[in-house]
Amino acid sequence: MDAFRKLTAVAAPYDLDNVDTDQIIPARFLKYPRSGGYGQFLFHDQRRNEDGSQRADFVLNRPDYKAARILVTGENFGCGSSREGAVYALADSNFRAVIAPSFGQIFHNNCFKNGILPVVLPHDRIKAIAARLKQNPGSFLTVDLERNVVIVDGPNGDQEIPFTVDAFWREALLAGVDEIGLTLTYSEKIAAFERDYHKQFDWLQ
Amino acid sequence: PETLFDKIWRRHVIHQQPDGPALLYVDRNIVHDGTFHAFEMLRARQLPILRPGQTFGTPDHYVATRGANAQQAPEVSRMVDMFARNMEGSGIHVFPRGDKRQGIVHVVGPEQGITLPGLFMVCSDSHTSTHGGLGAFAFGIGQSENAHVLATQTLWQERPKRMRITVDGQLGLGVSSKDVILAIIGRIGAGGAVGYVVEYAGSTVRGFSVEQRLTMCNMSIEAGAKAGLIAPDDTVYHYLHGRPFAPKDAKWERAVAYWRSLPSDEGAMFDREVSLDASTIAPMVTWGTTPEDVLPITGTIPDPAKEQDAGKREHIMAALDYMGLQPGARLSETPIDIVFIGSCTNGRIEDLRIAAKILKSTKVKVPTVIVPGSGLVKAQAEAEGLDAIFRAAGAEWREPGCSMCVGMNGDTVAKGQRSASTSNRNFIGRQGAGSRTHLVSPAMAAAAAVAGKLTDVRKLPNGGGGQ
Ligand code: SF4
Repeated sequence: MDAFRKLTAVAAPYDLDNVDTDQIIPARFLKYPRSGGYGQFLFHDQRRNEDGSQRADFVLNRPDYKAARILVTGENFGCGSSREGAVYALADSNFRAVIAPSFGQIFHNNCFKNGILPVVLPHDRIKAIAARLKQNPGSFLTVDLERNVVIVDGPNGDQEIPFTVDAFWREALLAGVDEIGLTLTYSEKIAAFERDYHKQFDWLQ
Repeated sequence: PETLFDKIWRRHVIHQQPDGPALLYVDRNIVHDGTFHAFEMLRARQLPILRPGQTFGTPDHYVATRGANAQQAPEVSRMVDMFARNMEGSGIHVFPRGDKRQGIVHVVGPEQGITLPGLFMVCSDSHTSTHGGLGAFAFGIGQSENAHVLATQTLWQERPKRMRITVDGQLGLGVSSKDVILAIIGRIGAGGAVGYVVEYAGSTVRGFSVEQRLTMCNMSIEAGAKAGLIAPDDTVYHYLHGRPFAPKDAKWERAVAYWRSLPSDEGAMFDREVSLDASTIAPMVTWGTTPEDVLPITGTIPDPAKEQDAGKREHIMAALDYMGLQPGARLSETPIDIVFIGSCTNGRIEDLRIAAKILKSTKVKVPTVIVPGSGLVKAQAEAEGLDAIFRAAGAEWREPGCSMCVGMNGDTVAKGQRSASTSNRNFIGRQGAGSRTHLVSPAMAAAAAVAGKLTDVRKLPNGGGGQ
């Protein structure tokens, strides 16, 4: 995975709850190979009219958010289907962090595998950040994984909001660890486990 | 004292990171025609599949349901070809296109006895929670995670919290486990079980057949749960005995002895408890764009003006706009354009029997598409003459696959059309761009087909008793 340390970038507010992965990428695009890029599919049906033209009212279509790399959103973001294509679509659109009060769990796991940091912040904090981003479209946020803070610049100077990420995944993301490679270093332990396991549960063979 | 989940989890931990995830041993992994990125990742790294014998494959999402000669876009049928190529020489147990055993992963797993109590199973599909109906701990994973499983037969996972949902009492006639799970999602919300594994318990659940349990666990993900689970019992052992991949003879006896040790111990602790009275549950129907937007069929479309919470009000307004519904209108007067009976939620033989009971000697008023969950379900239905009942009623009887649940194979609901569907998701565009989905039970879907509108199945002459 790509390493993630600290990111300062334009943040886009899309503070709806229960944004499912069918909305992030409609199923009909999942058949395409990754090599063609998935960025074009991100929020496709929200983003485009039937003739393919962009809808001016959709947040990511506004010029202020062209450079957005952080998404600020609502409860249970990425719920629904396990499609990793949802994360590919965000990654291929240059998003590297998603901030939400809670995440669909499979989506949450998929983020880490693709170098995207899912940040959980309390609901009220997100509402405040989203309101601020809407007042100042195109403004920046900083997500600092080394210090576990989101930095919002406000009228009274910078405000730091702490967040927690599981230590294991944090380390993996900071170092850009290759997870399969890491697990293969446990090969002996896995093999020993398997021997014992299949002896006990011989009926699984 | 331990819960069912605790026991399964403990038995699969290879390595525990202090304050972090555990490395878990995966018993069985099922792959399908959408799992191609995982195979691509393995190839790119030249990694072999570690335990192909513990891996099973069948195409479902992209298969044509109008038979082999169906017109399908080449880029769609290509997906099933690609699946076949990925399976070739892999050593994976495959139920390929055209095989009688082919079908939806979550129908095939239980049907073949691949799914067993106490196993830890994965599949790159969120409805893998289905397999919890047999007492397996099973959940959906992404493609990177699947590449990891294929290469190592393990998965890093955080330990989820435990929730128990107890349903007691007698269900009314015409009310099914689909209605129970929809009622649960309505109660706790689409994010209500995020971070939890849910164990379903109580007399109502104990009384469910295996297929009803699979339906219930299937939609656990629709409440955000990591997985759904039901303690194995004689109903499960009876169902599994003699299935192709289930243990046999002396091994079967040893397996059952182990399985009997799995149910949650007396006094085991859950992090959250919810309970429902089955007798209060009516046939349910969704009105909005998330499964938590659900009401009894006797209800009326919600009025955003009456909602206090601003976020919820906005959601109701957006959902009604998308769905083309008026606040205050009676749900049971909503006209339907198309009916879909099938999917991993309700594409099994018992579901088809219920639909047939209601469709017998009647005519459908709207196009009705009936898609069996597997080739074996199809064969069984035909042996029982259900296909003849469906055809006589004017419904279409198709080949097995995911079909109109997700529309990836080209079976879509047209823009602006309204479906009554036995599937599991009413998301915006789920059944095709602009499609409007009402999730219902098989009995309610058949009733909607007969009436041409959403209707209370209990009011049909042959509608009661459809469990
Ligand atoms: S039937 Fe629907 S929900 Fe089930 S596996 Fe297929 S697409 Fe997914």
